[in-house]
Amino acid sequence: MMRELGAASDDLAPGAELMEGASTVLGLPSDRRRQALAGMGRPLVLELFAAMARLRAFDERAVILQRQGVIGTYPTYFGEEAVQAGSVLALEDRDWLFPTYRQNSVVVLRGCPPEVPLLLWRGNPAGWHDVQALHTAPVCVPVATNYPHAVGAAWGSRLLGEASVALAYGGDGSTSEGDFHEACNLAAVARAPVIFLVTNNQWAISTPLRLQTRVERIADKASAYGMPGVRVDGFDVFACHLAISEAAARARSGDGPTLVEAVGYRLGPHGTADEPSLYRDPESARRWDVWEPIGRAGKALVDAGLASADELAKLGADAAAEMREAGDRLQDFPVPSLEEVAARVYRDTPWTLGAEGLREPTFGEEG
Amino acid sequence: MSTQVTMVEAVGRALGQVLEEDPRAILLGEDIGVNGGVFRATAGLQERFGPDRVVDTPLSEAGFVGAAIGMCLVGLHPIVEIQFDAFVYPAFEQLASHAGRFRWRTNGAYGLPLVIRIPYGGGTKAPELHSDSPETLFSHTPGLRVVAPSDPLSAGEMLVAAAACGDPVIYMEPKRLYRRSRAEVPDRFQALSLDRAQVVRPGADVAILAHGAMVEVAMGAAEQLAAQGASARVVDLRCLYPLDRDTLLRTATEVGRVVVVHEAPRHSGLAAEVAAILQEEVADHLLAPVLRVTGMDMPFPLFQLEDQALPSAARVVSAARATLEY
Repeated sequence: MMRELGAASDDLAPGAELMEGASTVLGLPSDRRRQALAGMGRPLVLELFAAMARLRAFDERAVILQRQGVIGTYPTYFGEEAVQAGSVLALEDRDWLFPTYRQNSVVVLRGCPPEVPLLLWRGNPAGWHDVQALHTAPVCVPVATNYPHAVGAAWGSRLLGEASVALAYGGDGSTSEGDFHEACNLAAVARAPVIFLVTNNQWAISTPLRLQTRVERIADKASAYGMPGVRVDGFDVFACHLAISEAAARARSGDGPTLVEAVGYRLGPHGTADEPSLYRDPESARRWDVWEPIGRAGKALVDAGLASADELAKLGADAAAEMREAGDRLQDFPVPSLEEVAARVYRDTPWTLGAEGLREPTFGEEG
Repeated sequence: MSTQVTMVEAVGRALGQVLEEDPRAILLGEDIGVNGGVFRATAGLQERFGPDRVVDTPLSEAGFVGAAIGMCLVGLHPIVEIQFDAFVYPAFEQLASHAGRFRWRTNGAYGLPLVIRIPYGGGTKAPELHSDSPETLFSHTPGLRVVAPSDPLSAGEMLVAAAACGDPVIYMEPKRLYRRSRAEVPDRFQALSLDRAQVVRPGADVAILAHGAMVEVAMGAAEQLAAQGASARVVDLRCLYPLDRDTLLRTATEVGRVVVVHEAPRHSGLAAEVAAILQEEVADHLLAPVLRVTGMDMPFPLFQLEDQALPSAARVVSAARATLEY
């Protein structure tokens, strides 16, 4: 059965109450929406759409490759393309990104070949991207521990007199962790030019938001740290781009951190090993499909006369081809030996990781 | 020119030297600024280098250790003070899940030039959780280096070396020795190797291996053994990860009897690792089992009991005698 994705923007009844106070472009009345999109300009809105299409194609290809056994367990982000594309494109190349596993392919939007993040999920060390060339930290697996890193990078760049900004991604569940609190507090005290971008998709694997926190809006947590907290429609790439642009401008002008809550819903499973029907009703989850961000953005662009349906379809097809080809190349990458990898742990490899340390000794032979 | 300084003064001088020579070095920690640190290790440094280079942080070990990792990414060289040994536990995840893995996560391309200073150990009549010896937690964590000086000169030289190392170094400061004695140090410390142990007393009958504050205990035991006619070699391990394999094997081969001393709990402690290396590699040269004199497998006791818990010269002598009489 086909899922009906990305409804026209005036048919978003399910979940609309959760969007209260969230900034939006696609949720504006149609004349104002057309005006806002025209104001952003055709090059930018098409670039945002193309970025979402590439992220979607990567995600869909990764799920296929997982089903084929080419890669291992994979954390899909189906439905979160707007938050990711909107935020990456709102920043400059010198700005630092601190992704989690859920944003595992944002490096692709910074010019990294897509096979690199795919190789990470294939378990090949060639999947570690070039952190300094891409100004993007390695994908962070432990929840919330990337927030303090972003604070340090932002704070450090301010101390060095550089105007670069750092952005850390996380989810609703991450705001229950101690590192979220410590990072927010430290960022505010240090006036670090950092953006905490929390995608509130209502679920942390099987744990719903009401079991995660007693605040109704994650953005409200910002007030405890003395920094602004804003909400944005996380299914609206244009609104996400504007919200992150504003937070980045604040940061760059010396006004410190911002907590941005991207309100959404996890349209897919937590990952390829997850079965959501065990803990949430598939039918009520399906009602959220109308918010799906790519179909929704596409309809608005066509409606505003900024793109044709054919041209948007071609962007999707091009992205799908790019990711299929990347997937086809994965088996060409050699796996380094364990000895080679052991020599990448320290600058000066200690004896424990050399010939004397890696293998059990043998007896009774010379040499 | 040289001066007589205590170990804590040597630490402060080494930090001042690093801040002076490396414009990207930055100190982070609780109360390290105006207050100069609870042990005064950073006394005067904020006045000299300003609040942007000697930074008072909120009470937030996970936060500021994590932030130090992020600072490394933009080219800073942070040196973090953990106020007391057990206060590092909230930051353990940042060290184990990130600091030690960062170079590996970049296929060797980028390391973290990060130093974590931890005043550690018992013998100072301190409250609970101010006397722990957590070095083995870090020597068992891949990607970190762990060192412990035992006197003012090695403290300065190893700290300068740690700051230049290019990988995360856990620098364990035996706070019981902070003001124990003065020693001559040069105006500028030379960086000491971070993978070498040091023979601090020659001897041929039994070898006593120790680090940090236990070196002093080992030296006391060697004096007593000398009075009894036994010659004890004392080796200051200094580098706890990686251990100095060559010195360990040479010592065991030449002396044949080995006692390892540490104040950390016994089980899975460094002494167990030393004993394992020796029996794997030079079993034929051992004239007696390798013996351990260590702290107990219990929370470090409240201080009225700490002298009983800490390895003493008498216990070390007794263990050494046992190997001599084996």
